[in-house]
Amino acid sequence: MTAAEVAELLIARFGSAVEPAPVEIHPGVRVAAPVWPAVARFLRDDPRLNFNLLRCISGLDLHPEPQIELVYDLLAMRAPEAPGALWSSGGELAVRVTVARHGGRVPSVCDVWPAAEWHEREAYDLLGVSFDGHPDLRRILCPDDWVGHPLRKDYEFPKEYQGIPSAAAAAEGAGGCGVSR
Amino acid sequence: MEEKVLQGRPDILVDADRDRAGGGLRTEEMLVNMGPQHPSTHGVLRLMLRIDGELVLECTPHIGYLHRCAEKIGENVTPVQFIPITDRLDYLAAMINNHGYSLAVEKLLGMEVPERGRYIRVIMSELNRIASHLVSFGAYGLDMGAFTPFVYAFREREYILDLFEQVCGARLTYSYLSLGGATQDLPEGFPERLAQFLDYFEPKIAEYNQLLSYNQIFVKRTAGVGVISAADAIAWGLTGPCLRGSGVKWDLRKCVPYDIYDRFDFDIPVGLPGGVDGAPPEVVVGDSWNRYYVRMLEMQQSARILRQCLQQLPSGDYRAKVPRVLKLPAREVYLEVEGARGQLGYLVVGDGKPVPRRVKIRGPSFCNLSIASHICRNVLVADVAAIIGSIDVVMGEVDR
Repeated sequence: MTAAEVAELLIARFGSAVEPAPVEIHPGVRVAAPVWPAVARFLRDDPRLNFNLLRCISGLDLHPEPQIELVYDLLAMRAPEAPGALWSSGGELAVRVTVARHGGRVPSVCDVWPAAEWHEREAYDLLGVSFDGHPDLRRILCPDDWVGHPLRKDYEFPKEYQGIPSAAAAAEGAGGCGVSR
Repeated sequence: MEEKVLQGRPDILVDADRDRAGGGLRTEEMLVNMGPQHPSTHGVLRLMLRIDGELVLECTPHIGYLHRCAEKIGENVTPVQFIPITDRLDYLAAMINNHGYSLAVEKLLGMEVPERGRYIRVIMSELNRIASHLVSFGAYGLDMGAFTPFVYAFREREYILDLFEQVCGARLTYSYLSLGGATQDLPEGFPERLAQFLDYFEPKIAEYNQLLSYNQIFVKRTAGVGVISAADAIAWGLTGPCLRGSGVKWDLRKCVPYDIYDRFDFDIPVGLPGGVDGAPPEVVVGDSWNRYYVRMLEMQQSARILRQCLQQLPSGDYRAKVPRVLKLPAREVYLEVEGARGQLGYLVVGDGKPVPRRVKIRGPSFCNLSIASHICRNVLVADVAAIIGSIDVVMGEVDR
């Protein structure tokens, strides 16, 4: 199924909450955040769609627009008719859910694809997007007491961490470690 | 005395009368850290185990000890400058990382790669897949207490690393496959030396199966341990040998062929039930033994692909002309390749500048490791090592 065909199916069922998103060369659909879990369940369970593999959740900071776009990459893996034969692909889809930069919240899809657990934690850690209903939303790559969300475009590197000055701060101050910029 | 067993695990006795046993023996739950420095966690992985004696009640992986902000760096350097960063993701199969990123950016640009360059890339990727699986095989044996397979695995790997050194001067982080093809042509005599290596290597896999795969102690430690069903594997985003070990015959090289993989004839090994095709009878589809054995069989298939590459290798350009200043078009691409540990994906967003706006890396080990907390329940501490070893993570691509 192509992205355009999937978009038609979804719009027929969910109406204006879904729009086609024919982004070159990563086409898909755009879904409003409140209905996203219902759409996700439909994408996974409908036998024509069968998007059972959540490959990746990528966060894109749309700075200077005050929004962050989450791109959910899905893949339909179809079991073969004969057991033990090669599986085939039923198509791929990029679902985009846009959320506000400050205080933006998206419902979690961990119930639909358990793979989302760690991907959503990463989006929270690095971009500051909060996921409602996530079983364990905390930082995953940065230390637990890190301040700020590093992949944001307006992120400022901290001057110090747990009393250790960062390279930028050390260069400013006296002495420094001779690191040239 | 009545013997009680743990539900679902008839091999573990539960001492129901422990509080009243002689001497008033009491046990409590303990929180124990396995890692981040531990020989069996395959890198800087911290597993927080809540244990009751030897029984693990809960296992929580804590990652991020090798986080090097690769994605932030990707927003500040050009694609060609980013290639050395991709080396350091899955550092045991660096050629495949280079290949994947180059394909993604080439798709973004609409750049064609010459035939010889494409064959060189597949040769390097498959050779690196063998090298990576050799580390996996050797290290897994070491985790289970078998020291000898490690030495043999690394001996074969030395021959492969010698070949890589002849090609690009590096043994681990190559940066050899770049935008447009390969950075240099193959040296004189390389195809002959590769053919000699394959003649030497192909019979070795049967030897290693005799040494480790069918060894009773190894089988006892890995058969039936950490069973993942096919449905669970797909739901948790598992790919690569972890997915194929659960019986799902899915490999990007065959199912969504990229580059020139559709020109080669090779099989996709999947997990076997006990007693079939030489698998020991205790083995179950989706257990640790199967995840390990799929890698052994994959090495044979990679050798097959390499032989076909050598037959078909054309002469000509090894790299497309890449302009000095390259502006990335305002488009987006998401491309996955079959890495040694699963599907390695790159999302590259261009916005008219020489530097991408966003580079997102989908590390297969990141997704594979997320199932650890789900399957390491009600297993013994020793089983945790068997399960983590069979998932075969490289922290470079977990943490990026």
